[in-house]
Amino acid sequence: MGQRAAIGNEPWIMQNRTDGGATLQAGGAWIVTNSPPLFESLKTLSFRKDEPITVELDRLERLDTAGAWLLYRTVRDLRAAGHDVEYKGGTEAQMSLIDQATTNDALCLIEEREPNVVVRMLEDVGAVVMRVGGQATASLAFVGLLMETLWRYTKYPRRFRLTATVKQMELVGLNAMPIVGLISFLIGVVIAYQGAYQLRLFGAEIFTVNLVVTAVLREFGILLSAIIIAGRSGSAFTAEIGSMKMNEEIDAMDTLAISPMDTLVVPRFIALVIMMPLLTFYADIMGLLGGALIGWLSLGIEPMQFLERTHDVILGWDLGVGLIKAPIFGALIALIGCYEGLACKGSAESVGHHTTKSVVESIFMIIVLDAFFAIFFTTIGV
Amino acid sequence: MAAEDLERLAQQSPEDARQSTLKDVAIAIRGLEVGFGGPPIIKGLDLNIYRGEVIGIVGGSGTGKSVLMRTVIGLNKAQAGSVWAFGEDFLTLSFFEQRRIEKRWGVLFQQGALFSALTVAQNVQVPMREHIRNMQQELMDEIASMKLSMVGLPPDAAPKLPSELSGGMKKRAGIARAIALDPEILFLDEPTAGLDPIGAAAFDDLIAHLRKTLGLTVVMITHDLDSLVTVCDRIAVLADQRVKLVGTIDDMLESDHPWIREYFHGPRSRAAGVGKR
Repeated sequence: MGQRAAIGNEPWIMQNRTDGGATLQAGGAWIVTNSPPLFESLKTLSFRKDEPITVELDRLERLDTAGAWLLYRTVRDLRAAGHDVEYKGGTEAQMSLIDQATTNDALCLIEEREPNVVVRMLEDVGAVVMRVGGQATASLAFVGLLMETLWRYTKYPRRFRLTATVKQMELVGLNAMPIVGLISFLIGVVIAYQGAYQLRLFGAEIFTVNLVVTAVLREFGILLSAIIIAGRSGSAFTAEIGSMKMNEEIDAMDTLAISPMDTLVVPRFIALVIMMPLLTFYADIMGLLGGALIGWLSLGIEPMQFLERTHDVILGWDLGVGLIKAPIFGALIALIGCYEGLACKGSAESVGHHTTKSVVESIFMIIVLDAFFAIFFTTIGV
Repeated sequence: MAAEDLERLAQQSPEDARQSTLKDVAIAIRGLEVGFGGPPIIKGLDLNIYRGEVIGIVGGSGTGKSVLMRTVIGLNKAQAGSVWAFGEDFLTLSFFEQRRIEKRWGVLFQQGALFSALTVAQNVQVPMREHIRNMQQELMDEIASMKLSMVGLPPDAAPKLPSELSGGMKKRAGIARAIALDPEILFLDEPTAGLDPIGAAAFDDLIAHLRKTLGLTVVMITHDLDSLVTVCDRIAVLADQRVKLVGTIDDMLESDHPWIREYFHGPRSRAAGVGKR
């Protein structure tokens, strides 16, 4: 009375009744790839209460640990139900695999049980508060350390690393010129184009110049440069310093009595504070050029006329409002970039995590600060 | 004797190599050449890996031990030569056919290479989840638990993340993942590197135990003389871009190749008790 039979490599089990009890015959390939159907069909087995069972293995073609596990767990459950079970006909290798399953029967937790929702939420809130608090102190301490290091240069100017600083100026400033220039130029084009389209409705195309000059000089030049530099150099600072930290290079410097502040942080900080206004000025010029090009091509404003108009429009502070923000944003990007780099610990994963954090924080802070500046400058009327 | 063996392998036809992998040879490497732009790192390399043996691959730094292993398992590209596995020319197979063969071997990378976002037990379940259709979660949990116990990890290590484990435990978990689908061949890249002597000895025992109980073929790259003596049946020495010598530890001791002499007769090998045999 076979319950289930199959041909070839297919695994099968057959249940037979004999005089003194029952036999369970296993055959075919009991291997891991065949385990799901076997697992299902083993569940459907049923025996008369307390009858002795013989598990016959002589028709098994292949057996691996998964198959051995299935055999073992079946036998284990049958024995627990009060049956007298014995194996018969297995080769030495097969019995050794079943032994393995027997000795390694220890079901363990696959993942930690999640605590209940309320506890978890409280835990998360607590963790965030602790983290934010810790970060605020740590970043304040970092700013303090930087200020102290800078102050020490007034006494020991030779500790200042000029070569490293100039190198950083090249990396963050000079090398950023193509991308900053292109983006600013295109933004100038876009503002002029969109502005001209709207202003034409009033027959006030010439005011496009006012729009481009004010928007680019006051906001877009600095904002775009700062965002590009945050993405380009802020992230590079974090990644460079972070991977040095992972490689224990920072610790090596400490043991050699070389301050990472002197060699890594200050050069980057000074370089960005100096280069940011220069880049912004360059971005302003490129933005105006973009505006002028559109003015000329689509509105027929001659370049010289655009220049004269620009000259009339700039009221003293337009350029200054943009440029005054530049060193502050530069300092901010350098501080966040270096701080996050030094905060890396543990694995290479943390470098990636902190790099993302550095860019997001920098851009967030830039835009928040910019909003404050806008309110401030409007209030004092410049 | 061993050198003549290599000579003989080099003259074998591809068909002979293929036939041999259908019988007692698990992997047959013939005329393998690998390089990365510059001069080739290995060239004209021949080697047979027999079913059921533990073979240790040794060689100085930069002789291409890891490159050889990575090429055999298909992670590096070979410029020339062939790797016969289970009767098929592995390197010429299509992507999908290679996947089919890859299920028949497991690999332990040097640092374990566990997936960092998953718990140890989930790591062991990954191959089953990916390659076996409709596998019941209950069965996967049970089999993963069994594998973790087989490699000697305590049950409380299972729900931990890999970052919470020590180096030795990571390697054990890596082995558990490598044997999740009951492969025929296990590749180990420096399994005892970075372990303390006690941990390394325990790891050697584990490899010997798994090989005995599961009937595995084990290919291990190692620098550990103790491992070479205690678990390896044969040793293959890489030098001058190819397998210079392959044989038992006694063959190694008899060789007069300068690097092999220095390696097996140096102070460290005496400390490992190699010379005494």
